[in-house]
Amino acid sequence: MAASSERSPPPFPDSEEPELLEDSDDGADAFTGTSISEMDSLSPDTTGPPKDLFNTPPEDIFSDPLSDINSEPQKNVKIQSPGSDEAVDLFSDPLDDEADVISSPEVQNPVPDLLKETVETPKSDVIGKAPIDISSKPVHKNAIGARHQDIFEDPPKDSSKGSAAKKAGSAELFGDDDDDDDDDDDEDEEEEMFKEPLKAMTKKPQPSVASGPPINVFTEVKSEVKVKQHVKDDPTDLFAEEAVKAPATKPSSSGGSRTNGVHSEEQDIFSEATVELSLDSPLNDRKKKDAVKASVSAPAAPVASSSSKPPSKTLEELEEEESEDKFDLNISITNPEKIGDGMNAYMAYKVSTQTSLTMFRSKTFTVRRRFSDFLGLYEKLSEKHSQNGFIIPPPPEKSILGMTKVKVGKEDPSSAEFVERRRAALERYLQRIVSHPSLLQDPDVREFLEKEELPRAVGTQALSGAGFLKMLNKATDAVSKMTIKMNEQDVWFDEKIQDVENEEQQLRKLHVMVESLVNHRKELSGNTAVFAKSVAMLGSSEDNTALSRALSQLAEVEDRIEQLHQDQAANDFFTFSELLADYIRLLGAVRGCFDQRMKAWQRWQDAENMLQKKRESEAKLLWANKPDKLQQAKDEISEWEAKVTQFEREFERISATVQKDVIRFDKEKARDFKRQIIKYLESLLHSEQQLIKYWEAFLPEAKAIA
Amino acid sequence: MEGSSAESALSVSANSIRITDLTQDGDVLMFAITSQKLNSSAGVCVFREHEDFEWLQQSLFSQENVPGLQGIIFPPLPPKALPLQSNMQTKALKQLGFLALGQDWQGYCKALEFYLQQVATHPTLCKCKALDSFLINSESPGKQRGRKGIFNRLSQAVEEMRKESHKDVDNFFQNERNKNTNITALSKIATEKLIDVVMTEQKLALACGHFSTSLHLCVNQDDAAAVAFSKVCLKLSDIIEAVKQNFEKVASNNLTTLGLGLDLESRYQEAEKEMLFRRTCKLIELETVKKSTEKAKANKREVMEEFQKAVEKEFNLISSVAKEEIERFHSSRVNVLKNFLIGWCEQQLNTARECAELYSQHLEACRNMYSE
Repeated sequence: MAASSERSPPPFPDSEEPELLEDSDDGADAFTGTSISEMDSLSPDTTGPPKDLFNTPPEDIFSDPLSDINSEPQKNVKIQSPGSDEAVDLFSDPLDDEADVISSPEVQNPVPDLLKETVETPKSDVIGKAPIDISSKPVHKNAIGARHQDIFEDPPKDSSKGSAAKKAGSAELFGDDDDDDDDDDDEDEEEEMFKEPLKAMTKKPQPSVASGPPINVFTEVKSEVKVKQHVKDDPTDLFAEEAVKAPATKPSSSGGSRTNGVHSEEQDIFSEATVELSLDSPLNDRKKKDAVKASVSAPAAPVASSSSKPPSKTLEELEEEESEDKFDLNISITNPEKIGDGMNAYMAYKVSTQTSLTMFRSKTFTVRRRFSDFLGLYEKLSEKHSQNGFIIPPPPEKSILGMTKVKVGKEDPSSAEFVERRRAALERYLQRIVSHPSLLQDPDVREFLEKEELPRAVGTQALSGAGFLKMLNKATDAVSKMTIKMNEQDVWFDEKIQDVENEEQQLRKLHVMVESLVNHRKELSGNTAVFAKSVAMLGSSEDNTALSRALSQLAEVEDRIEQLHQDQAANDFFTFSELLADYIRLLGAVRGCFDQRMKAWQRWQDAENMLQKKRESEAKLLWANKPDKLQQAKDEISEWEAKVTQFEREFERISATVQKDVIRFDKEKARDFKRQIIKYLESLLHSEQQLIKYWEAFLPEAKAIA
Repeated sequence: MEGSSAESALSVSANSIRITDLTQDGDVLMFAITSQKLNSSAGVCVFREHEDFEWLQQSLFSQENVPGLQGIIFPPLPPKALPLQSNMQTKALKQLGFLALGQDWQGYCKALEFYLQQVATHPTLCKCKALDSFLINSESPGKQRGRKGIFNRLSQAVEEMRKESHKDVDNFFQNERNKNTNITALSKIATEKLIDVVMTEQKLALACGHFSTSLHLCVNQDDAAAVAFSKVCLKLSDIIEAVKQNFEKVASNNLTTLGLGLDLESRYQEAEKEMLFRRTCKLIELETVKKSTEKAKANKREVMEEFQKAVEKEFNLISSVAKEEIERFHSSRVNVLKNFLIGWCEQQLNTARECAELYSQHLEACRNMYSE
């Protein structure tokens, strides 16, 4: 299970935590601070209302949790959504317990403890099951809306009746869910439910709770109380409308800024559920607190389960999914711009995305990124996904020479070419990332595409400087590769590994050839230019006027042809040379996947060996008749057996992932090459047609020579 | 260069002269020259090597009884070609220029053929007996090497610098000389540049060939995706092959039309230059004679005046022949260049059209490749 938590991407990357916390520094109130930073990521202008909300009404709530219920009716007048109140309540609860729950990293400590408690309580049964239902909801996507409504509509009645009833109501609610979705109960999931939360929770429980409700509250305030702030129309409208129509869909769109759609929906559901239970906490004592904690664990559960779900899907399912997936995401990189002067200068690129995918906030958005951001993205992705066996498209290499030229040089053509080359390479790199179904789901990718300001990628500057280190790493890898002798069982892999190696060599050869082709083209273009010049000279010193004119016309034609050659050289370069270079890099990534798989296999084999040893020692103990140590040996055996099965499963999983990804890669490659060839042919055809035009124009000139 | 009056002196039709074949025997290239008899439909075929051509050229230079011979622009004979050894490539290229390029000495044969036609159509030169025997006698003409005489380029080079800048008495010739020097240099440069272009095109064709061949190595039939990729590779290989052929055609077009034209132009300019130089030499000689006549004592004056008159007459003759020749040369060179240009343009146009057609076929095929 340790591995499963490792592989399940945390709903909120660790890297984000410090940022949030930093933001909350200036806010006296930990909650407003957090919520503001949440809001910031959505739209900076909307910070007003939540502040309001948290600062004015909740004052008394926080100060006296008991008075909360009393004040509820009044608040209901103001904000007619019970959900919002409850959200406030929820906040009040942690405040009571520990003011710095959110603002300090210690967050991780209390929660797991509480959770463990929860598991032991008799209530855990109900609570445990409830999350499962809700977590399984994403599978029935249709159900979400309706059920959501249920959750949403039930509580208000309850809440009006009183807090005592509320508890029952919430229990009922969960009970209902149970009945509805019995068929989705999976033992696996349940298992995960209880184990995963612990780990997932430790990472970031609070924002997930906090992110849903505040927005909720805030938008509802917007739509019903009509506190109209002069804020950006789009986001508010979107939220407001959706809030009115269907509360269920709104959080998903609002939460989208942080996590992908599926996650946020789940979180939302659970944050609602959390809200329900949290109402009790101020009134009731320990027992209810348990419930609250359980409910806190609930939101985390689906996150964990959902994140652990993709890998557990079968290969066919994934392939199906892939074929269904209509790829509608268009990324273009434009406007490379030099920022700064001297050696601190860097290039910034405009990354524009056009999409109809619902996981993004809008259909088109644009951000500015610098090269190291691209590298940072790769680092993040490979850290998270490479051990899963995904092929992570590598970014273009850092070029000190090229960049220095750009930094130092003025407008010289070679640096312009360098910039354009890099721009195109980055564009292809991003396109490859988003065309990977799993990488597209990664929060970092979406953040990269959407978020206005990205924390400066660190360590990437050293990336080029660390080329030496990288080489060392590669060397050690090679050594370990030699030492690990894997007797390949899988014929598919056996062949594929060989194929990939061959292919890489072939591509390298091809690349050299294309390179020489490009160079010859450039030479031709240069020679044609010189020839054009000398023809022009000849024409100018020619006595015969007709011949002179024809010659100068010819010089012009040659000039144009020179341009054609130049364009064609660029075409050759950008369509083939770069394509091949990309694929050489990609094949390197593919081999990396194979290596990861081999490492997994190695782990499995090591565990197997260890188990064998343990068994032998057990046999020895048996033989030596030492019952006192026997138990320990047995324990160890079962421990290692578990490990073996785990590693074996892991190996199988990684094998499946690698296989799937390599198949996908092969398909993509054929498609890519085909696309490029068509593009190339089009360019060839175009230049040939231009040539025809030029000659046709020149022919009468030649004939006109008297 | 189409003197119709000349044909009577020659027993074969000037326009029918062709070099049809070439055999290589060790270091010697043997050219098969065919021509058509004027009075009958019978064809004549003789075998000549480059030394025979040199003999012919010498014979033309050293004709006797031709007034104003020195005023004639002799059609330029391409320099001797050495059968290609790989290490000779660059040397041959330097010496022969365009004529060394192309397969199987095609360009060289064309140039020789053109030379013979030019000689045969020249109003004065076609009367030379040596030409007739060169074209008709199956025996190789006299093996004796003619002395290089005054037309030797080597001896000329020494005097050239001194005499070339000599001021002319006649403005027409002075202008012509200036222009000639200019154009000679320019056309030479243009030719060299075109050679570079053609060479690069040939290199490109070669590189395309390599590329296309190595694409074949990427074929792999393991699974569906690999087959698809292999198909793409093979298609690309075909396309690159097409590109290669296109380059080859373009290069050979350049070679056989504009290249030859420019080469001929530059060599003819060179020939005109030589003729002008010969005239300048005569002019200088005349001036020296004039001076010495003035200085001569009375008893010798009469002889000197006699001599001066003879030289002056010769010089005037040369000048008048030269004037005619220059006019003839100018009109014919424009014509020749025009024909080369038109031919070139048409060929390139055809090639481009064919190529575009081929590309669009490939494109169509590509688009349908695995939509099936």
